[in-house]
Amino acid sequence: MKVMISAFVAALVIASLAPVALNQFGWSSAEQASSESVRLD
Amino acid sequence: MKSKLCSAAIFALATLFFNPVWAQETPTVDRTATGGAQTLEDIMRRQEQLKIDESFRSENLGDPANAAPISGQLGTLGGRSDADVWRSIRYNKIDPTVQSPGPANTVLIQDEGMPWYKLREGPVITYGGGAILGFLALLVVFYFVRGKIMIDGGPAGTTIQRFKAIERFGHWLLAGSFIALALTGLLTLMGRSFLIPVIGKDAFATLAVGSKWLHNNVAWAFMLGLVMTFVMWVAHNIPNKLDWQWLKAGGGIFTKGHPSAKKFNAGQKIIFWTVMVLGFSVSLSGLSLLFPFQLPIFADTFGVINSVLGTSFPTDLAPHEEMQYANIWHSIVAFVMMVAIIAHIYIGSVGMEGAFDAMGNGEVDLEWARQHHDLWVAEVEAKQGKGESS
Repeated sequence: MKVMISAFVAALVIASLAPVALNQFGWSSAEQASSESVRLD
Repeated sequence: MKSKLCSAAIFALATLFFNPVWAQETPTVDRTATGGAQTLEDIMRRQEQLKIDESFRSENLGDPANAAPISGQLGTLGGRSDADVWRSIRYNKIDPTVQSPGPANTVLIQDEGMPWYKLREGPVITYGGGAILGFLALLVVFYFVRGKIMIDGGPAGTTIQRFKAIERFGHWLLAGSFIALALTGLLTLMGRSFLIPVIGKDAFATLAVGSKWLHNNVAWAFMLGLVMTFVMWVAHNIPNKLDWQWLKAGGGIFTKGHPSAKKFNAGQKIIFWTVMVLGFSVSLSGLSLLFPFQLPIFADTFGVINSVLGTSFPTDLAPHEEMQYANIWHSIVAFVMMVAIIAHIYIGSVGMEGAFDAMGNGEVDLEWARQHHDLWVAEVEAKQGKGESS
């Protein structure tokens, strides 16, 4: 059961890190669809 | 005979997904009285939601070559009237200059939205949800008719390692993320219809935002789990003659004997390939949805299908149409996967004594292993014997 729990935790860790990594690569929708000058962030 | 019946059933089910309107032939309309413009018959057919050949409008876009000379009084209007220009916009036949980047931003009007919305809210939810509920009901009936599949003669009391920790990790990474994706996907697809009346708009809005975040991001764990399990188990899931024997015996579900099997029996192989093929497909359409307009896949896929099967699927798709196809395909494939996985969860838990241990702690009862995977046990014991003697 430890393996099962650790896999579930790993899935959540991956889910938490995914948006951070995608933003680092500039693959966010905001970066793809708008230029910096018109973004509010 | 059985295959004919099966084909007929699949055909009958497939036809349910298609709107009868799609099968109608569009009549040739005489538009000489209106100079090629819309007729009363066109209007009446549209009001009755019948199919209309729109090419009399979508192809009637004017011709710049017909422009009056610039020295003439009407020179500034050019060869295209306002109506021609508006029709070009209506049918996405212009190439406008826009300030913001992105392939979808040059499409000013895209009118496939309503057919997509109706398909999503209608047949996809009805048949998809119905399939899940119907299958659950079928399993309940099956459980009461067949009962739990027990270990003949009871457990041996000694165990054998069925799956290593890394195998179980890959399985649970895939399984856990799939369940999260299935629940959040159902909530996204059906929540508006079924949850808002129960919990209200505010509570649903919070739930929907959380679901979207989880669905979009846990998808990466699903894809990693899919790759891990494929690499670890593909060699054990190559179909062979033994599988045919297993299938002919019905997996021993309704008989006393247990057909021979290696590490994975034919039923498990069917689940494996269903998950791999559909998992790959749902991941592709999911990536297409995850990166809007950046990863169009359907125009090229339709092109390949047309060249192989001689069909005439549309290959000139607007970016929005790509997303609409991806969304519908993603939902249909996910529903098929959910039904398959429900069967897998049933047989791996309440449906069979001792089955959960294989993925629970990796150790299964030796008698269970001998009854369901006799050839695999023989292989393992032979290896252990070699190991001990060497």
